[in-house]
Formats: sequence, C-alpha cells, structure tokens
Amino acid sequence: MDRRKIEEDFFKGLMILSTAIIVGILFAIVAVVVLKGAPALSLSMLTQTPKGGYYLGKGGGILNAIIGSLYLAFGATALSLIIALPVAFYLREYASERFANFVRLSLDILWGVPSIVYGAFGFIIMLYFGLRACLLGGIIALTLLILPIMTRAMDEVMRMVAFELREASYGLGSTKLEVVSKVISRQTLPGMLTAVLLAFGRGIGDAASILFTAGYTDYIPHSLFDPVASLPLAVFFQLGTPFPEVQERAYASAVVLLVIILLTSVSSRLLTKRWSRFVIK
Amino acid sequence: MDRKLKEAIASKLMLLATVFSSLLIFAVVIGLIQKSRPILATHSLSELLLSSSWFPLRGEFGFYPFIIGTIWVTVLAMLFSLPLCLLTSIYLAEYAPAKIRAFIKPLIDLLAGIPSVVYGLWGILIVVPLIKDYVAPFFGYSATGYCLLAGGIVLAIMVFPIIIAVSEEVFRAVPHEIREVSLALGATKWQTVKHVALRAALPGVIAAIVLGFSRAFGETMAVMMVVGNVARVPSSVFEPAYPLTALIANNYGEMMSVPLYDSALLLSALILLLVILFFSIAARIVLLRIERRVM
Repeated sequence: MDRRKIEEDFFKGLMILSTAIIVGILFAIVAVVVLKGAPALSLSMLTQTPKGGYYLGKGGGILNAIIGSLYLAFGATALSLIIALPVAFYLREYASERFANFVRLSLDILWGVPSIVYGAFGFIIMLYFGLRACLLGGIIALTLLILPIMTRAMDEVMRMVAFELREASYGLGSTKLEVVSKVISRQTLPGMLTAVLLAFGRGIGDAASILFTAGYTDYIPHSLFDPVASLPLAVFFQLGTPFPEVQERAYASAVVLLVIILLTSVSSRLLTKRWSRFVIK
Repeated sequence: MDRKLKEAIASKLMLLATVFSSLLIFAVVIGLIQKSRPILATHSLSELLLSSSWFPLRGEFGFYPFIIGTIWVTVLAMLFSLPLCLLTSIYLAEYAPAKIRAFIKPLIDLLAGIPSVVYGLWGILIVVPLIKDYVAPFFGYSATGYCLLAGGIVLAIMVFPIIIAVSEEVFRAVPHEIREVSLALGATKWQTVKHVALRAALPGVIAAIVLGFSRAFGETMAVMMVVGNVARVPSSVFEPAYPLTALIANNYGEMMSVPLYDSALLLSALILLLVILFFSIAARIVLLRIERRVM
C-alpha cells in the first residue's frame, strides 16, 4: 500500500517538475529576447529603411523588413484563403467520404512537409518561369506552407456545425451552395477567423521557405517582381554579422516579430469572442 | 434556374480547388525528382548516401555526414522532449486543477507560435554559452558550444508545444468511465493513468510523436543557427554537425554556379520529403491498425 503511494507521489512530483520546466523555458525565451532586444529598439529602427553603412553599425532601421514581412504574410494569407475556403466547403458538403479522406490525408502530409522543402520547390517553380527572388516567389512559397494549415483548421471547424442546422436549411429548399455560403460560413465565422490568423502567424514567422524565394533587400518593394526583406531573415542576417551594434538590432527585430505574432494571437482570441455573438448555439 | 446554374458553377470551381490542393504533394515530389535526376544519373545512390567526401567543386557529393547530422539532432531532440512532454500532458489532462490548466494551455499555444529564428536566437544567447562554459567542461570536453547537443536542445523545445497540445487532447478524449472503473477497483490515480489512460491514448500519443518528429526532422533555421555546420561525422554530442536542412539553406547562393550542385541540394530536399512522407503514411497505417484493435 505504501509503495503505491510513494510511486503516486513520485510521478506526480515528476509531472509538476516537467510542467514547470516547460513553462519556465517559455518565460526564459520571451524574457531573454525582450530584455536583449528592447534596449536596441528605437523609433528610427521602426520608421527607417537601412542607410549606407547600416550593416557596419550606422544609422537606419528595419522598416524594409517590417513592411516586407507584412506584404509576404498578407499576400500568402489572401492567396491561401482563396484556395482553402472552397476546399473546406467542398470537403464538408460535396465530396464523397472516400475522396474527402484522400484529400485530408494529402493535406495532412503537406502539413508535415518541412518549410525548407517548400522553399526548394518554390525555387524550382521560379526557375521554370524565369523569375528571380521576389515578392511573388516568396508569397507562392509561403502559400504552399500555410495552405494545408488553413484548410485543415477550417475543415475541423466545419465539422462542429450542428447537423440539424444544415438539415433545416436543406428542408427549406436551399442548394448546397446556399447552405455553405449562408449557413455554415456564418456559423463558423469565429473558427474560420482563427484558422486564418493561425496561418498568418505561421507565415509571418517562417524563414526557411522564403530564404531563396523572396531574397533580401534594403528597399521596400514596389512591385510583385522586386525582391523583398522580411523580419525573420532580418534577425538571421543581422545576427550573422560580427558587429555587436548590428547584432543588437537582430535582437530588436526579434522583439518586433514576437510583438506582431503576439498581437495576432491576442486579436484572434478577442475577435473570436466578438464574432461568436452571431453563432446559433 | 439561376440558382441551379450558380450551384453548378460553384461546385465545379470548388472541386477544382480541391483537386489542385490534393495534387500539390505529388507536384512537389515530381518536381524534386525531376531536378534530382542529373545527379542521380552521374552518381550511384550508394555513393551519394554513404560517402563522406563533400567537395562540390570536384564533383564529389557524399551526403553521409549530413544524413547522420540530421538523424542525430532529431534523435536527441526526441529523447529530451518525449519524457517531459508526456509527463506534462498527463499532468495537464489528468491531475492539474482547472485554473492551472487554463493558465498553462494558452502559454503552450504561444510557445507554438514563436518563429524558429527566435528559438535560434535564444539558443545562441543561452544554450550555446551554457554548453561551452558548463556542460562540456563538466564532461571533460572543450567545445565551442555550437554542437549537436545545442541543436538537440533547441529542437526539443520547439517540439514541446506540438507534442503536448496533441497528446493532452488525446488523454482528455479517453472516456471517463473506464478511468472510474479502474479507480473503483482500488487502483491509485497513477496506476489508472499508467495502465488505463495511457493504453487507451496510445494511438493518439503515437500520432503526436510523429508530428513532433516531423517538425524536428525538417526544422531549418533554429538548428542551423546553433549546430555548428561542419561537414564531418560527429563523434560526440559536443561536436558540430551539419543537418541536411542546413546544407540546403546555407548553400542556395552558390548552387547555380557549380555544376550539379543545384541538383545535389534539391536531392537532399527530396530525401527530407521522402522520409517525412514515409513517416506520415506509416503513422497513419499504425493508427488505423491500433484503432481497429482497441475498438
């Protein structure tokens, strides 16, 4: 009897310890990056593009990377949305069970594909069309990365819609299109939003897929065919320089990136709550 | 009629999008195979996979050190993260008071959202110096800190949220009744977890592990920043390694100027992809088998 009690306490202690370690590491990551980066953060960092000698420690900022990352992430999110929404609708309302399962399996596999592989594949596509590293290339590679995430998240959300609600709608003589566009889409709006923001957050933080497809530049792109800078790569490249002043800017860029991602996740929570008002429980 | 027409057009468009997205995986595989052909035509597969001499300028492409590097960091990461993740997810699902759960769950979701360069940055600031100054000397090694162990630790942290989020869900999905039966028979809570919950949750836990494995296996930026990137087969965890992902990311700049180099790099992307494919499909089959047996 006693031995069982000891075993119980031992494992419970071990569980609490490992939970504490994991939570502690999370705080350590955020704290270290913020403490290192915040002092290097300044208004000129956020509002200027790099000036001459920036990478030797002279003036300028990372506006090119901030704008670039937003362009890339918004572009990829929009493009994914155009594809993911119809796919999720189709899987839910039209597809046969077998076909739907096949599509889900292939999306799940895509989900697990490393982002560097998407980078390489995006690069092949660009070679084929004779494109050089540019905003469009980056958007395509990122779209490949976040499309499965967004689609599967939407698919899961749609599963939650009550059967009766759809039946009622069909009973009134709706076509399938009307059911998905007027009933299911409204009913799942909060969940859809979460799916979109989840994909956006993944997209803006990814570096490996845009490494060779988007390039890097000190300027803000004017067209889809200009190369574009991005925050993750700003962190990476500035960290690689031997100058402490520039490395500090890498820390600051990481803080900016973290703040954007935090804002995305917080606004996802808040908006979900607000939009849930329109959902029939 | 107008509604019917709309319906017909919309359903065709949706079908098109669905077919497109389900064929993407095939497009990626075929594209990479096409581009790897030139190097597969001039070098034998055994030479590519088992040779350690990596001299692109001389036309020698031995992937062995890179493959070993990838395997080692992934294995280390899974060794570190599995016990911690399992214990934490069991705690969250079975033991933790609702308040603590409500506090920790969002934190773990947050951990999942942190970009890999930030993990890499943290690795450089904390893990690398820690290994250099304390861990390696403790074991009698001298190291720069940029090594397999650093890569393994950073990767382990990166896969925490994935494994925990999925396996916690799985534990919570285990029906309450079967736990209560075990408790009523006089089992302690831990015995119930060990013999009943863990068993029922096994398929899901395997799925969680495979997900974590895929993430660790294909992670690029964070690993590349801390693992040292030396193309040699490492003989201890305090030595640098050079995973396949880092190889691709580090050399894309030169790949168009050296003959066959681009083909070699895209072949390594293909290897990564095929391994991930193999594990995803194998996990799916195992899951189906186990589910059939349990139900």
